[in-house]
Amino acid sequence: MKPDPDKLLRFTTAERINHWLVALFFFLLAGSGLVFFHPFYYPFNQLFGGGTWTRILHPFFGVAILFFFTGMFFRFRKSSVLTPTDWEWLRHAKELARGDHRNLPEAGKLNGGQKLMFWSLVCCMVLLVLSGIVIWRAYFSFLFPVTVVRLAAVIHAAAGVVMIALIMGHIYLAIWTKESIGAMLHGWVRRAWAKQHHPAWFREMTGRDE
Amino acid sequence: MSLQSLDITRRSATTTASPGQRQTTEVAKLIDVTKCIGCKACQVACMEWNDTRDDIGENHGVYDNPADLTANSWTVMRYAEVETDRGLEWLIRKDGCMHCAEPGCLKACPAPGAIVQYRNGIVDFQEGNCIGCGYCITGCPFNIPRLSKKDSKVYKCTLCSDRVAVGLEPACVKTCPTGAIVFGSKEDMIRHAEERIVDLKQRGYAKAGLYDPQGVGGTHVMYVLHHADRPEMYCGLPKDPAIGPLVGVWKGAAKPVASLALGMIAVGAFAHYVANGPNEVDEENEKEHKE
Repeated sequence: MKPDPDKLLRFTTAERINHWLVALFFFLLAGSGLVFFHPFYYPFNQLFGGGTWTRILHPFFGVAILFFFTGMFFRFRKSSVLTPTDWEWLRHAKELARGDHRNLPEAGKLNGGQKLMFWSLVCCMVLLVLSGIVIWRAYFSFLFPVTVVRLAAVIHAAAGVVMIALIMGHIYLAIWTKESIGAMLHGWVRRAWAKQHHPAWFREMTGRDE
Repeated sequence: MSLQSLDITRRSATTTASPGQRQTTEVAKLIDVTKCIGCKACQVACMEWNDTRDDIGENHGVYDNPADLTANSWTVMRYAEVETDRGLEWLIRKDGCMHCAEPGCLKACPAPGAIVQYRNGIVDFQEGNCIGCGYCITGCPFNIPRLSKKDSKVYKCTLCSDRVAVGLEPACVKTCPTGAIVFGSKEDMIRHAEERIVDLKQRGYAKAGLYDPQGVGGTHVMYVLHHADRPEMYCGLPKDPAIGPLVGVWKGAAKPVASLALGMIAVGAFAHYVANGPNEVDEENEKEHKE
């Protein structure tokens, strides 16, 4: 998309590509991981070429997401530092959910909720990667005592559920907040949108205080 | 195996009832370690019947050979030299699957029907359904299943389910030269063990007893031990094996509850949209940026 004076660039091309690569591998991981989670989801193995292929592929999807998520971490780590204003924003999040943003403190490029989402995902990723190594039977499980493997299996399942729950919330909020999906698809948002949802960022970008 | 397809108590990763119309007698193998001479004929018979051949190993300076269970060695003799109040004792135990009434492997397995428990008590792996994840190894309280490097499937003692299905005793039982391994209905085996224990107690083994651990609901391979109060002396036979709280949480009610919670998030999100509508740019804000 060509630069448009009426629009603001919210996410760079590299950020957007990185985000969608993480998203792709998240869906592959959630789909293949649920196969082992409960018999109810076992039929998902057909999407990956059967049970054995699912077992082979899932950890390698994990290696891929670790690589791309690390990229996301370094891209968004600084803009995700929580400030006192963000905590204040989070205290008013309930009002926002009801459509009332009168008392909402001004959000920067990312609001308190988005920042909290970022750090929650980071925590889940760390737990998933560490426990995932321990339960990767083909290469690593034999290095650990069985109690550690059992603990890792529990942590992996629990962190996986929390991760899926967080991403469900992330997707819903993107659908709920109109035009925000465009920001991650093609990168640009309208000035009115920026003023509405991220006023502090809007001022920073335009130098205007209206 | 196929002959027993109608006599199934449990199948792995299956939430509905298994076909179990027919009733079969609960069987058990009783290993009387006090009669065992450590000849390893049972190891040989096991490989003969099951057509498995292990790699030629190395001498580790002890009688244990191979040193551990493998995907080809479904039973191994374990030799312990232990000092007790009777002096130095050589305790020999035939290790292998215990065929638990509540099998940790079956509970942990995520592949439907890869592990089945027959009505007669035998816990059998159906390698055709196995996906090679190794969760059974994580779930087993006795450290029995072994992942094959050749085909990435898991193997262990079948209690010769194929022989038992046609009325034969397991190969190890058939071959044991001292009668240390016997096979029959679980009820008969317990009775036989009791007689043996009386005899052992008369001969000075005051703590002789039957190993049929109730933490896993009892087993279909039982031991007569001279020192039943200290099973760990027999190369680490667990004193009170159980599936354990971690595997319980991992494979218990938590997952259906978590699935429900995820479903609630989806329903809740939809309800929120219906009730509150989208989060859009205010009209006031729109007008301001129109020009």
